[in-house]
Amino acid sequence: MPSSEKLQEIASQVRRDIVRMVHAVNSGHPGGSLGCADYFTALYFELMEHNAEKFNMSGNGEDVFILSNGHISPAFYSVLARSGYFPVDELATFRKLNSRLQGHPATEEHLPGVRVATGSLGQGISFSNGIALQKRLDGDTHFVFCNVGDGELQEGQNWEAIMFAAHNKLNRLIVTVDDNKQQIDGSTLDIMGFTDLGAKFESFGWNVLHMNGNNMDDILDTVKSAQKAAENIDKPTVIIMETDMGQGVDFMMGSHKWHGVAPNDEQLEQALAQLPETLGDY
Amino acid sequence: MKKFEILGNADTRSGFGAGLLEAAQADDRVVGLCADLTGSLKMNAFQDAYPDRFFQAGIAEANMMGMAAGLANGGKIPFTGTFANFSTGRVYDQIRQSIAYSDKNVKICASHAGLTLGEDGATHQILEDLGMMKMLPNMTVINPCDFNQTKAATLAIAKHNGPVYLRFGRPKMPIFTPENQVFEIGKAVTLNEGTDVSIFCTGHLVWKSIEAAQELEERGYSVEIINIHTIKPLDDAAILKSVAKTKCVVTAEEHQMNGGLGDSVCQLLAREMPTPVEMVAVNDRFGESGTPAELMTKYGIDTDDVIAAAERAMARK
Repeated sequence: MPSSEKLQEIASQVRRDIVRMVHAVNSGHPGGSLGCADYFTALYFELMEHNAEKFNMSGNGEDVFILSNGHISPAFYSVLARSGYFPVDELATFRKLNSRLQGHPATEEHLPGVRVATGSLGQGISFSNGIALQKRLDGDTHFVFCNVGDGELQEGQNWEAIMFAAHNKLNRLIVTVDDNKQQIDGSTLDIMGFTDLGAKFESFGWNVLHMNGNNMDDILDTVKSAQKAAENIDKPTVIIMETDMGQGVDFMMGSHKWHGVAPNDEQLEQALAQLPETLGDY
Repeated sequence: MKKFEILGNADTRSGFGAGLLEAAQADDRVVGLCADLTGSLKMNAFQDAYPDRFFQAGIAEANMMGMAAGLANGGKIPFTGTFANFSTGRVYDQIRQSIAYSDKNVKICASHAGLTLGEDGATHQILEDLGMMKMLPNMTVINPCDFNQTKAATLAIAKHNGPVYLRFGRPKMPIFTPENQVFEIGKAVTLNEGTDVSIFCTGHLVWKSIEAAQELEERGYSVEIINIHTIKPLDDAAILKSVAKTKCVVTAEEHQMNGGLGDSVCQLLAREMPTPVEMVAVNDRFGESGTPAELMTKYGIDTDDVIAAAERAMARK
């Protein structure tokens, strides 16, 4: 079991991968990717029971992760590669022609680790509900993890899915909301000021937890306690995960401006100087 | 001309309901989802027999489509049921991303398609669904013609691996295809052989085309009727073989002219065998309230319209 320190080291490499991938093609979404790097690292290197070497699309007999906000694909691809789903060198093909690493995750090119196309927002919880139903029918008690953006919750389909999951007591579903309070056009509060996300989920019948998504110890404690509690509750769980967009690169932090903009050569150097290379660059 | 025996009168949606129950008996991977329309979709028998394999989605079709994709991912064979309008236009992006692009084995089963929904009016009478669905890569599109064929199609799609759109309707129509027929996806069915004109028809317009052909025979014409139950993949070979013989074409469907069967046939013929084509379809209009029979007459997709189109097509040879 990797220590919290070891996981933080991996997350540093994941962040290097993110900025290098986005820089190389001058496109992609670094801000949200950096914000979620710690949580995704914890999932794939500690929290999930999963089989990276022999990817099985069905996800039967293992935990499954669905990235609903597909635009933060750089973070997803990095943890998939670093945990063994596909060669790390392939990260260099991100967003390029003939690559398996599409701008937004897709299954058409058969990239191991991706089970559904996402990117058009609002669809991930529904897909996760379906997996949770299928696992229940098959007597498979593994978890379905789904990450959504806070801005993404403006899409109405989420609330259809949130209603359904509670009504059907999908207690093996753990949704994280990346609560970075930013979206493309600005702050989520300015754009659609819906406050107290936790209370909304609670009123829909969910078990609500909070965590700091950029604190490895808090991530491990919170998610493990959610997994443990799932046995005894008949509700799905949401973890409102506070993160800083751009976390780990000082000039990208806390601003929506780095939602979908790539760093230039100089900015790349500045970013990499802040992120120790721990596993070797691809 | 061949005689067509009317075996009974039934709605195609009931064919779906019967087929779903049988498919579920044959394969325990079959599951059903419905958006608050189990009675309309005739899914009750399935629901009663297999309550654990039925999921009530409520009036939330977008979530239903996404859940169906998730159920398919782990090996289930999900059948979604709602009206054709809410099975397509309302959830186009969910189907496009989570089902078609992700290539999930979901069967989108759509009732109350077209004008024959009747009195509910144009809000519910979708006439664009075949077009939307056939444009999606990976999607198979099927529009059977009567109770027996809809039942057979339902059984066939359960065994087919890949996303399917199955379209059927509300009104009672004559049953004239055999009970327990084998349904071959993508294989057109020649109902009558003829030499003067080819009628390529689908769905409820198949029976109308048979009625039209009977009248055309009385007028001295030899009419070939081919039931194109699968809009995509289109049976190119069957169409070209018929047209090589007859040299003129009528297409007939309960759909917009844009994007329907006629549009697919014209694309094929323009590429392979340019031929005069007359299209019986709704021409760029929304429907309205009325009885199914009144609407088919008013919107130009009735028996007389097929007859007139055939005479125009033959005159253009």
